[in-house]
Amino acid sequence: MTGVGNVGMTDGTAFAETASAVYGNGVMAGDVKGTWAVKVGLAQMLKGGVIMDVVTPEQARLAEQAGACAVMALERIPADIRKNGEVARMSDPQMIREIKAAVSIPVMAKARIGHFVEAQILEAIGVDYIDESEVLTPADDQHHINKHVYSVPFVCGCRNLGEALRRIQEGAAFIRTKGEAGTGNVVEAVRHAREVNGAIRRLKTMDDDELFTYAKELGAPYALVKRTQELGRLPVVQFAAGGVATPADAALMMQLGMDGVFVGSGIFKSSEPQRRAEAIVKAVSNYNNAKILAEVSTNIGEAMVGIEMDALVQKWAADSRHAAN
Amino acid sequence: MMEAQTSHNGVIGVLQLQGDFAEHEAMLKSLGAKVRGVRSLEDLESVDALVLPGGESTTIAKLLVALQMMPRLKQRIVEQGMPVFGTCAGCILMANELVDYPEQPRIGCMDISVRRNAYGAQIDSFECEVASDVQQFQEGPPLRAILIRAPEIMAFNKGAVKLLAHRGERAVLVQQGHMLATTFHPEITTDSRIHAYFLQMVSEALDAQKQG
Repeated sequence: MTGVGNVGMTDGTAFAETASAVYGNGVMAGDVKGTWAVKVGLAQMLKGGVIMDVVTPEQARLAEQAGACAVMALERIPADIRKNGEVARMSDPQMIREIKAAVSIPVMAKARIGHFVEAQILEAIGVDYIDESEVLTPADDQHHINKHVYSVPFVCGCRNLGEALRRIQEGAAFIRTKGEAGTGNVVEAVRHAREVNGAIRRLKTMDDDELFTYAKELGAPYALVKRTQELGRLPVVQFAAGGVATPADAALMMQLGMDGVFVGSGIFKSSEPQRRAEAIVKAVSNYNNAKILAEVSTNIGEAMVGIEMDALVQKWAADSRHAAN
Repeated sequence: MMEAQTSHNGVIGVLQLQGDFAEHEAMLKSLGAKVRGVRSLEDLESVDALVLPGGESTTIAKLLVALQMMPRLKQRIVEQGMPVFGTCAGCILMANELVDYPEQPRIGCMDISVRRNAYGAQIDSFECEVASDVQQFQEGPPLRAILIRAPEIMAFNKGAVKLLAHRGERAVLVQQGHMLATTFHPEITTDSRIHAYFLQMVSEALDAQKQG
């Protein structure tokens, strides 16, 4: 199967064997949970959508009403984490439960990089996706979570193709750019999207002999590099994240080939969150229609105040605290 | 792989507002269908049939309302008999009755009662085999259903709606005349039999329209 649209995401047989197949209570004989197809499948359903950071049930409801395809439940949005400069951890389960109860769309939550117990807790409270996120303070500077052993799927950030494929090898069923969360500055997300897609374009011109060396240069498993070459894209869904603040930013990332967009601080740090949220949803759905983009960019209040990259004290995407990336 | 015969070369529209529309398009193209993305009222006029993909039903409904597409969509399906195929979120949009969320905007064209997120959170999503009495689905391996935060068809009008596949006692694939709906996602598998079945429905509908 080589159809570009049907990007072969369900034939991850290598992963199907390692993914935990849990036979729960009350399910029928033959029902298999937590398979690679089921994990990747939810990300496929989120495509063309906007996932919004929320810190309260009220914000979650507003996001749902604005047309978000999922919400990310967290205690503090990245812009506020930046101000505090404290250790940032997984959110209180009670707060995540309240957000889950408030909406009918999928609810995601963040665990620290390498913190496999935070991931166990998030799985236990039934979040729909775990973001193993550089926005929180890393718990392990050498290792990421082995994501194959969970039934709940994971999304991970990347800055380039090698990093994306390493995360997929560890079991990530969904990839996003790292960008620079909490800055309202899209430049790093653009850089990371272009890095990934540029590398895939180069990959497509290579012959079989070159592929071995390229896999070594990327620091990625050969089989996944080969698969990416065959598909002409990442073998899982890929969203933009980190610095998207306006409808135009969101459409920019879509036109750069992303499948959808995470918006964090950009909505609730703006002057009119509801209108901005709706505008970004419409911008992602109509990303190629400049007329609609002009319409939805009009009169939506002040965007969040952005941070220039040179003025940024700490870049999370390239955090020296997690050297093993 | 089954060969679909689209005798009238009808154009199959795929609603491209949000969700896994690219997967549907790839599968329809692999069967030789002529496919066109639908993002506006204008696009809707240029297609002979429509696929409503999987995705978030609240998001797709919100966008359909914003683009003022809902009334025309319903008119084309109900009054003009445009063939339509909905998977998961698409099935929710087609349901006349929506348990728990009766106010959620939708097309509402099929005599089925649907419950959203009937199986719980993502960790309760699953794959399974489903049973069918339809000949095309009995040939070859059983249909494999991938249910992702899936809805459930709680009830359907037995006089009007035909049961095509079921899991235990619950319907998972149903047909009402020119309308086809499923709670699972054949588009993310390599099995194109259900899409081929829909293309057959489209051919028959176009034949009937030509004669009528």
